[in-house]
Amino acid sequence: MLSRTADNLYWLSRYVERAEYLARILDATQRLSALPLAYVGTSNEWESAVATAGCSTAFFNLYDEANEENVTDFLAFSSANSSSIRSCFEMARSNARAVRTALTMEMWDAINGTWLELKRYGNGPTSREEFSRFLRWVQESSLRYDGSAYRTMLRNGAYWFSRLGVYLERADNTARILDVKYHLLLPEDERVGGPLDYFQWAAILRSVSALTAYHWVYRESLKPWLVADLLILKEEMPRSLASCYEAIVRNLDQVASAYGRQGPAQRQARGIRTRLQNSRMDGIFQRGLHEYIGEFITENNRLGAAITEQFLI
Amino acid sequence: MVAAFDEMKGHNDGVRPPYAELSRWLQEVPPNVLDYRRREAELLFRRIGITFAVYTEGDADAQERLIPFDVIPRIISSAEWRVLEKGLTQRVKALNLFLKDVYSAREILRAGVVPDDLVFRNPAFRPEMSGQSVPHDIYVHIAGIDVVRVDAETFYVLEDNVRTPSGVSYMLENREIMMRLFPELFSRHRIAPVEDYPDELLAALKSVAPHSAVREPSVVLLTPGVFNSAYYEHSFLADKLGVELVEGRDLLVKNEIVYMRTTQGLRRVDVIYRRIDDEFIDPLTFRPDSVLGVAGLMSAYQAGNVTLANAVGTGIADDKAVYSFMPAIVKFYLGEEPILKNVPTWRCREPEHLAYVLDHLHELVVKEVHGSGGYGMLIGPTASKIAIEQFRAKLKTAPKNFIAQPTLALSTCPTCVDEGVAPRHVDLRPFVLSGRDRTRIVPGGLTRVALKHGSLVVNSSQGGGTKDTWVLDG
Repeated sequence: MLSRTADNLYWLSRYVERAEYLARILDATQRLSALPLAYVGTSNEWESAVATAGCSTAFFNLYDEANEENVTDFLAFSSANSSSIRSCFEMARSNARAVRTALTMEMWDAINGTWLELKRYGNGPTSREEFSRFLRWVQESSLRYDGSAYRTMLRNGAYWFSRLGVYLERADNTARILDVKYHLLLPEDERVGGPLDYFQWAAILRSVSALTAYHWVYRESLKPWLVADLLILKEEMPRSLASCYEAIVRNLDQVASAYGRQGPAQRQARGIRTRLQNSRMDGIFQRGLHEYIGEFITENNRLGAAITEQFLI
Repeated sequence: MVAAFDEMKGHNDGVRPPYAELSRWLQEVPPNVLDYRRREAELLFRRIGITFAVYTEGDADAQERLIPFDVIPRIISSAEWRVLEKGLTQRVKALNLFLKDVYSAREILRAGVVPDDLVFRNPAFRPEMSGQSVPHDIYVHIAGIDVVRVDAETFYVLEDNVRTPSGVSYMLENREIMMRLFPELFSRHRIAPVEDYPDELLAALKSVAPHSAVREPSVVLLTPGVFNSAYYEHSFLADKLGVELVEGRDLLVKNEIVYMRTTQGLRRVDVIYRRIDDEFIDPLTFRPDSVLGVAGLMSAYQAGNVTLANAVGTGIADDKAVYSFMPAIVKFYLGEEPILKNVPTWRCREPEHLAYVLDHLHELVVKEVHGSGGYGMLIGPTASKIAIEQFRAKLKTAPKNFIAQPTLALSTCPTCVDEGVAPRHVDLRPFVLSGRDRTRIVPGGLTRVALKHGSLVVNSSQGGGTKDTWVLDG
């Protein structure tokens, strides 16, 4: 398969995944900001949303204040933000168009349909209700694209590279939430926030669609260190770092076995996965959660670069 | 102008036999159903993404428009088709022989049948191809010959389109959509299928692989990229052919062999179905500023290690002045009378022709010899006095650049328009495939229709639409 095609598929999946993640962050933020101050403290949720999306610098270059209107516009609709939901869908569609032959009809229909419908939302919502509908629609679009890929693609290079895009992006997104909110997830003896933080924890789980999963796994009320455990180490949790790396390694192995050779990308991915498998939460807390996550983000980016180097150019 | 021949009604108000069933159906079907289907078709096209780009000055956002699709089919009887098929095969055979001759022995020039300055001073002539043989002596692998009809018996060839003809995706998609929208109408006819076109195309392309290709030849489709107006068609065809859709940057040439960059390293390429014009395919040989092509591609081509379809230099046969010699060209190589007529053509390069044209501008169509797409032409009978005078001036300054033809009364076909069903002018572009083994033409083609009342311009860039084209079986 052409390197350019693989590259386009990889980024197409990344953009769709990113759009969904942004919608989840905005959804969780909207909920938090609607709570009385007594429940969430005085932190600026909208500013935190921008940080979680990883684009604080770009945001403050354009706006003075992180409020609902500015952040919603910036993360969802702005064309000036190359990572807004709109930009993500537009780039996903233009990548899709460039590799139409590598997509199944269902995938093209999903992404082209999304792009056509995006126009309906114009430059932004006219009400909070409409914005909620928009966020739901973004998540549904992503599910539809992902589902069509999963259900209709041939299991060959095109599929594996598109999955790699999904999981690398997802790992990055989960790690970013943890990176921004790490101070809320300290171990038992260092709790700083107290019950005030309950809704913050719920919001974190909600942004990775893990609120229900949490209860099934732990059968306990929300405990910050368990939230961290779920999002980092639990392989059965689809958006955890461990689960993403299980999938990354699996897909890279498929590529290696089809091509009959291993390369740096495979070795690096396996290294990261092994480290995740050998980690335990108390160890991570001892070394520092923030440092652990920071290193992970760097490693994840390095793997992205290695995949590009080995296959995509 | 005389009343045009109508494909359904003929010259009077009867119903020609191939249209009997359709005419009955048109009377039965309530007008709102037609209108509803028409909107449904548009939705389908948009959903599938069958779009094309229109380039207009100062309008960067003009991307991705739909070509209007008309739901009433254009019907050709099998007897009519047999004549067309024979005529097209003959014409493409002659074109291939002509191109081979022009780039090698040049007998036709020495015999004085075609003036040699028309060849050598032609911008589409490629000196790089002189004395250069191409695999299996085929230059035009894919031709999209534009044919118009003026009465029950007479078809004229309007243009040969032997560079990178487009439109075949519409032939295929129009049929698919018609079958989805009008199953009932289909069941009343026996219509020759067109869906095997991609298979025929692939077979033709594989048959012309270079002699040095040892294994199963690897075929790719080379596109200028997503910004090209026909990009949809390129991706559609690559998909149907099951070949890689490559851009220039995906290919590279090493030791006069062409490779593509894949996730598994470099892979050899044998046949390139290229949808990029000559000038852009190799910056080392042609335009150095082109980023669409592949550096060194011509060296691999000249070494005989890759087949380009169509060959480099075919544009010479698309020149409208060369076109005017086609009847003589057919006779010269095949010793046969041309089956399909040429439109009588005045070559403004010849003084007595020019004098005639200048005297009759108001009744002629004047075209640029190198032009295409319906741009830069004058349609005398409908042009304003000012436009005619402006054109007269252009004609006098550079007569060589123009030819003129009588305004043909193109046949009309019933078409859905705002006022209901009304006759509109149509042309037909069948696609002729030349392989090493044989010539292939799937029964059908792209019918283009001028949607404006009285308009003779069917080009999609000028507001034309398309129709499904049925060749009836038996």
